[in-house]
Amino acid sequence: MTTSTSKYQYVDCDPEKCIGCQLCEYVCSYNKTGEYNSYRSRIRTVRVDEVLITAIACRTCENAPCVRSCPQDALTQDPHTGIIHIDASKCDACAWCVEACDFGAISINPASKLAEICDQCEDLEEGPQCIKWCPKEALFMTTPEQRAQKSRRELIKEEVIGVKAAG
Amino acid sequence: MYGYHGKILHIDLKEKKTWVEQKPEEWYKKYIGGVSMATRLCWENIQPGCDPYSPENPVCIANGIFAGTPVPVGGKYGLASKSPMTGFIGDSLSGSWFTIALKRAGWDGIVIHNASDEWVNIFVDDDRIEFRDASSLMGLGTFETEEAIREQLRDDQVRSATIGPSGENMVRFANVTNDGRQAGRTGHGAVWGSKKLKAVSIRGTHGIAVADPDTLMKLSFDITKEAQGPHTSKYRILGTSTNVLNMNKIGLLPTRNYQEGVFEDAEMVSGEYLHEHNKVKTIACAQCPIACEQMSMAKGGPYEGAMTGIEYECLFANGPNLGINDMNAIIKLIDVADRSGMDAMSMGITISWAMETYEKGIFSKEDFKCESHPDGFDLSFGNGQSAVYLAEMIRDREGIGKLLSEGTRIASKTIDKERGTETYKWAMQVKGLEPAGYDARGLKTFSLGSAVGTRGPCHNRSAAYDPDIKGDVDRFSVDDTRGRLAMDTEEYAAVYDTLPLCKFIRRCFTGKADRAGAWPAIVSLINATTGWDLKYEDIDMIGSRAVTMKKAFNIREGWKRADDTLPWRWMHDPMTKGPSAGHVTTDEELEYMKDLYYEAKGWTKEGLIPKAKLIELGMEDVAEQIGV
Repeated sequence: MTTSTSKYQYVDCDPEKCIGCQLCEYVCSYNKTGEYNSYRSRIRTVRVDEVLITAIACRTCENAPCVRSCPQDALTQDPHTGIIHIDASKCDACAWCVEACDFGAISINPASKLAEICDQCEDLEEGPQCIKWCPKEALFMTTPEQRAQKSRRELIKEEVIGVKAAG
Repeated sequence: MYGYHGKILHIDLKEKKTWVEQKPEEWYKKYIGGVSMATRLCWENIQPGCDPYSPENPVCIANGIFAGTPVPVGGKYGLASKSPMTGFIGDSLSGSWFTIALKRAGWDGIVIHNASDEWVNIFVDDDRIEFRDASSLMGLGTFETEEAIREQLRDDQVRSATIGPSGENMVRFANVTNDGRQAGRTGHGAVWGSKKLKAVSIRGTHGIAVADPDTLMKLSFDITKEAQGPHTSKYRILGTSTNVLNMNKIGLLPTRNYQEGVFEDAEMVSGEYLHEHNKVKTIACAQCPIACEQMSMAKGGPYEGAMTGIEYECLFANGPNLGINDMNAIIKLIDVADRSGMDAMSMGITISWAMETYEKGIFSKEDFKCESHPDGFDLSFGNGQSAVYLAEMIRDREGIGKLLSEGTRIASKTIDKERGTETYKWAMQVKGLEPAGYDARGLKTFSLGSAVGTRGPCHNRSAAYDPDIKGDVDRFSVDDTRGRLAMDTEEYAAVYDTLPLCKFIRRCFTGKADRAGAWPAIVSLINATTGWDLKYEDIDMIGSRAVTMKKAFNIREGWKRADDTLPWRWMHDPMTKGPSAGHVTTDEELEYMKDLYYEAKGWTKEGLIPKAKLIELGMEDVAEQIGV
């Protein structure tokens, strides 16, 4: 059972638009490490079969399981943005947070021995670089409530006028 | 060194040993990557004159400069062996994750020597190499093999290049598939099959650094955004299948084994029809912001659920070229080819040769009898069900499928010898490879490009149809500009195939695809990645050297001027209908254009390469071996 929140924004991906190019991974890893490496990207594209493609990053869960699971109390959640912060002096790379995350959004950097997670490029004025680069505008910021609103509107269109709303 | 690791991995399948070869920066500056570097590796590691199915024929994988960086469409690699189809260089390109994994694993290329005793899956785990038993993968299709390996290794980041049942059975035009893309032509899958090499899998975990990341990021960002505009709309919206109606309009859509160039039901097999009725999703190769692959599914009928990516070349070969107007049957045919790992172009054109041979009364129903079809079947043009039966028989080498799995050249020679017939007159092949979906009888410059192509007639290696179709020259006649045009368009294409970059990006640098429009941006991308200081004119050298390297390979394998020819039909048998009716390329025209082409290249009248020319290109060791 996945956990999520009702108030924080996160980077989401529209699987209808995602083409699986992985440019988000290149840009993210470059921003964070100066090199291009999917393994160091905090957003990950996934292709489950030939046509099921999407990208996943931290969902900023409320009462986040990763924070609760950390035995070193190295993870904290910003109460305003929901972004997970990792205290480098406390994290010992035990990977409990990785296992606790229902979205597979955390990884351990084998070089720095630290947990890594999407921070929505909060240090950059122009915001998440993956969204800036996505060639198909498949990535966007949203909240669960915004998604629910969109689903309700699409459902109405589908039921009332019998067409599945595009996009 | 940025952009490269300076290391080539060598693997001996028989001895189960590996070694590392260091290459100097100068070597990379000459051969760059893709088809050029793959051909060069093949030149260095093959036993000249060997049988393509012998252990002495190496499998050579060469990465590109841009793999693993955000440079749009730079995620491609070259694959080269001596081709079992042609006996000359077989060089193919494929895109996507496999090449990026290779780069992240720390290798610029892989050379696989010898042949294994047991079926093997090579696993390159960064710098650790494992010879894995592939027996559990046998018989699996291309996509299934990739998934099965990921499951075995329990890592969805492992990327594999694989062969399917066609490669295992050594269908001569079997190919190699990775990430749903193919190194499609010239029979690599059969070479892998001859080595009992089922798959090469790679896990690459290292980061890629470049010399000037700020410049590279800016250039890449701008090109990525430009690639969402009008310069790529053809590819993004309908994909290459949009060419069906374009080619039909000018009478160049190969129909019923290239008998005609107009198909009465073209609308029913068009890219537009596909988009409307069968498209499931558009997907991209890794590192590509364009996304041209139209994943399409058969809807209703006996082929319900068959799904694969549909491109113009496989669509023409298995649609109009077979007289088939049922899109579901066409998708099924291409699905059979893609899942079993064979070249859908060569397959379609081999089937069309069989259909014409049937309609001319040389084949009968009896000829198609086999265990699966004890009564045989009708193989008239337009019979989609029979075409699917025959495709499956080719895949399994069952009944006459065994002969047809050898391609049109061997199949027609065999039948003509057995039955005293002249089926070679409609065997569509040059050097043993089946041609592209542009009927060259109405494209004189392209007919030259098709004749001189080092891997056979190819729309990817020769862009000589471009001046013909654009109307820069009269496409029905010959003049003294054609040698130079064929050379320029071939070398232009070779630049893209060597870096490699997908050619669909070619208008996104400045809006103009010509050298002046594209080369300055390409120079900047190379220099920002590698830290080199290449100039505009060095880009031309990349293309020139690539074509020369491939030609040199062929010369050492016994190439003669007479090998640069055209299918009999294109020289003697004009179309009767449509805007390109009434034309052929005569022997006289062809020989005249070949003279012009060799002269433009600075080669001898016999098409051999003078020593001085090779030394000029920095290929002294090649000059020693084959220069005149």
